[in-house]
Amino acid sequence: MNLSEEADRLQGLLKSHRHERRRHDTWLTVQIARNKDRPRTSEYIEFLIDGFEELKGDRLRADDRAVIGGLGWFDGRAVVVVGHQKGRTLDEQTRHSFGMAKPEGYRKAQRLFALAERHRLAVLTFVDTPGAYPGVAAEEGGQARAIAETMLTMARLSVPIVATLIGEGGSGGALALAVADRVLMQENAIYSVISPEGCAAILWRDAEFAPQAAEALRPTASHLLPLGIVDRVIEEPRGGAHLNPEGAARRVHDAIAEALRELEELTPRERRLLRRERFRKLGVWGGEGLLP
Amino acid sequence: MTVTVEIARRGTGPQERRWVCPKCRSDHDPAAVKENLSVCPACGFHQRIGARERIAQLADEGTFVEYWGHLRTLDPLDFVDLEPYPERVREAQGASRLTEAIVAGTATIAATPCVLAVMDFGFMGGSMGSVVGEKLWRAAAAAADEGRPLVAVASSGGARMQEGALSLMQMAKTTCAVDVVNDARVPFVAVMADPCTGGVVASFVSLADICVAEPGALLYFSGPRVISQTTREQLPADFGSAERNLVLGHLDAIVPRAELKDKVANYLRLLKGGGQLDGLERRAASRPRGGRTRRLARAASTRVAAAFKNPGSESLGGSGPAPGSSEEPPA
Repeated sequence: MNLSEEADRLQGLLKSHRHERRRHDTWLTVQIARNKDRPRTSEYIEFLIDGFEELKGDRLRADDRAVIGGLGWFDGRAVVVVGHQKGRTLDEQTRHSFGMAKPEGYRKAQRLFALAERHRLAVLTFVDTPGAYPGVAAEEGGQARAIAETMLTMARLSVPIVATLIGEGGSGGALALAVADRVLMQENAIYSVISPEGCAAILWRDAEFAPQAAEALRPTASHLLPLGIVDRVIEEPRGGAHLNPEGAARRVHDAIAEALRELEELTPRERRLLRRERFRKLGVWGGEGLLP
Repeated sequence: MTVTVEIARRGTGPQERRWVCPKCRSDHDPAAVKENLSVCPACGFHQRIGARERIAQLADEGTFVEYWGHLRTLDPLDFVDLEPYPERVREAQGASRLTEAIVAGTATIAATPCVLAVMDFGFMGGSMGSVVGEKLWRAAAAAADEGRPLVAVASSGGARMQEGALSLMQMAKTTCAVDVVNDARVPFVAVMADPCTGGVVASFVSLADICVAEPGALLYFSGPRVISQTTREQLPADFGSAERNLVLGHLDAIVPRAELKDKVANYLRLLKGGGQLDGLERRAASRPRGGRTRRLARAASTRVAAAFKNPGSESLGGSGPAPGSSEEPPA
């Protein structure tokens, strides 16, 4: 028996096992992130915010139930809270469009951000959406611009912004509420440029390859932390946040509280410039040495 | 470059290369079509063009200087679908003779200096990954630093899946780049060429000071396939077309390719034409406080106070001076 050949074979086997394992783990996280019993934005508001006053409407034409927001107290300071709301029962999910916001939802977020800026209130956002609502009316009502302007509004705020990814962070629809000073992510949340199914349909030409696509997209917190896309991973109770919502909320509270304390040390101008700098650095490229 | 060249046989003679318009099916000499800015001479169909051809059409001859071409695409996720990402990039580079899906640099457009960034749909669908985002950032930063307007020609399928969430982050990064340009009060004009979809429309492009599209360009965030799969909605036949977007109020204008260069230059001149006002502002700022602005403000507050004292004498929204108050109180 050729020992080195045997070693190579075993190495190969080990590699493919690790691969299998990683695919399994990633797909499992996707399932947990989408679990319908997972605590929603409304539950985190209940746990973390005292005296929440919901503020509705975009002041233009509608109130999008896929985005909820309002005022309340977090650890003794008044804050503005905005988040995607998915709902749990089919009835709720339908009412909240499964957390898929339309332009009116993003415009509601924008006007609440402006309110926060005017009254010097910190902003907390909760991200939990499969993506922006893909409909003709949403598209023709300016979905692309609504998302872009929401991001720009966040980029320009001088008050502290802490975003927390609590479930699905689906594409531009999620990012629109996450241009923050600190982006926190729960252990079993996902954040991705496209859904695994969508990616599989395009690159594998078959949505059945979603687990493969999920693995390739690296959408989990442990993948995103080293890339600087998220600043902190929030641990969840064993088995996932849905098994112990209160325990999950406690940890989310502590992470947000710490982030806010750090941000409150900065001047408004510093916060704005550092936020801009945070996003400028994102990306991985080479060739810097090739030219001055 | 994604020029569609179909070869039509003409009788039994030697093969002649003809360009067949995909819209009106008329056939033309390819050189004549190119001479016509790659627009069908018969029906005006705007063929997709690559970044190099676009730059040649827009920039004054010999003025374009490319920057940031040394930035190289990496494979941070070890992304493999049916093919590894680095191989897809190499193929795209070979086919397009570009290093990435955007070419950026400085140029003059009809004698107006600017920073010009042009996307190329032929390079992996013009998708935006880390290098595209970084080049756009640098283009914006250079525009802001040098006070040169920024002109972006976008043609893209959206964010690049092979760089995962890093591509998604380029939406936020390029949005912040617009913030930099806006802060510097530098004009930013975006041209949307067919097709312009996904994360690119939902970030920097839609935030331009002036946003125009080429005739027939398809523009949307979510595509028809995604919409019909998710919501089973019936889509209008012209869904996402530039023409429909213009009617819906999402565009400043639709500009045929033949007019694009002059139009863009004109926008830039107009947006830069407020220099006089800038001077006045500076003088006002350097003047000791208590000038005309202050006097006017005091006059206004006197009017309001008078209205409060004599309810019914004048509505607060009234434009005339309230009784008993003078337009210019003694300084």
